[in-house]
Amino acid sequence: MNDTGIRDIWVYLSASPLLGLTVTLVAYGLAYRVYLKANSSPFVNPVLTSVVMLIALLMLTGTTYDEYFEGGQFVHFLLGPATVALAVPLYQQLERLRELWLPVAISLVFGVVIAAGSSIGLAWLLGGSAEIQMSLAPKSATAPVAMGISETIGGIPSLTAVLVVITGITGAVTGTRLFELMRIRDDSVKGIAIGVAAHGIGTARAFQVSNQMGAFSGLAMALSAFATALVVPWLVDLIGI
Amino acid sequence: MTFLSGITILLVYQLVGEVTVRLLSLSIPGPVLGMVMLFVTLMMRGKTPDSLENASTALLSHLSLLFVPAGVGMMSHFGRIADEWLPITLALFLSTIITMVATAGVMQMTSRWLARPESPGGQRDE
Repeated sequence: MNDTGIRDIWVYLSASPLLGLTVTLVAYGLAYRVYLKANSSPFVNPVLTSVVMLIALLMLTGTTYDEYFEGGQFVHFLLGPATVALAVPLYQQLERLRELWLPVAISLVFGVVIAAGSSIGLAWLLGGSAEIQMSLAPKSATAPVAMGISETIGGIPSLTAVLVVITGITGAVTGTRLFELMRIRDDSVKGIAIGVAAHGIGTARAFQVSNQMGAFSGLAMALSAFATALVVPWLVDLIGI
Repeated sequence: MTFLSGITILLVYQLVGEVTVRLLSLSIPGPVLGMVMLFVTLMMRGKTPDSLENASTALLSHLSLLFVPAGVGMMSHFGRIADEWLPITLALFLSTIITMVATAGVMQMTSRWLARPESPGGQRDE
């Protein structure tokens, strides 16, 4: 009796988006608390911790990703308006941007070519299949752009989405430490570098450091999305894969 | 109410961006174009409405959360990742680091050379 009751509730919950949405927010809430407890150490990056917790939970309960995404999609949807919202901090940095537009433009084009070229080259050197090379190529661009590019050049779009998130986490975890080692103190330089390499997850990390770093990272992410869409298919043609 | 009108502005720009991208069959995503359009609007108006500022601060303060559902998608690709884990993990990790270091280096050098040389000695104070 009790057992069937629980089963009924589970049947209801697994068919409704409520559970997926709620566990996403609860997992992130926990992950964020851990992050604060650890004095904002990038190693307990909240995206990383919550993704690990959620995958463990879904596997333990035998829930598929599609079932989870019924609820997860509401959070995922907000990526669109959040991307548009980046215009606001960017506008607040207008003065600084006017000073720096030329270095920013040069660094962006350079960064986008390096990001795609090095991932194709390294994957090839390490014996990765052409499909993997192409899935990796647009990994530094923001997810929707990267997936579109991956499809045009012969990668696997849904795998690219995952690689994009892992790339973002890698950038967010290592970025600040790398800049320290390179003795870079200028937040606009750090912002551009992390935004080109690690898109929105890098930008989220950058906003935790300073508003200026966040704004420049958001700018780099937006412009490199443009640049990646233009440069990567051309680069792939050039290499001739 | 102010929060609601801020969110509405963001959604309208996203919508216009998405529609434009499809009409002109551009290869950039709609929200990115929407962002550029909003940026141009703010430059022309010369200020940010409070409602828009509140809504964007609220969304951007937890930007990381929004990537979580896509990240969980990793579980559908465990097989593929296990097959080619070495090229995937090493290429991804090294390439991300190389990109950050190289871009930071170029930006550092070019901003010293090319930033408006109004104050002698390169970097201007913030």
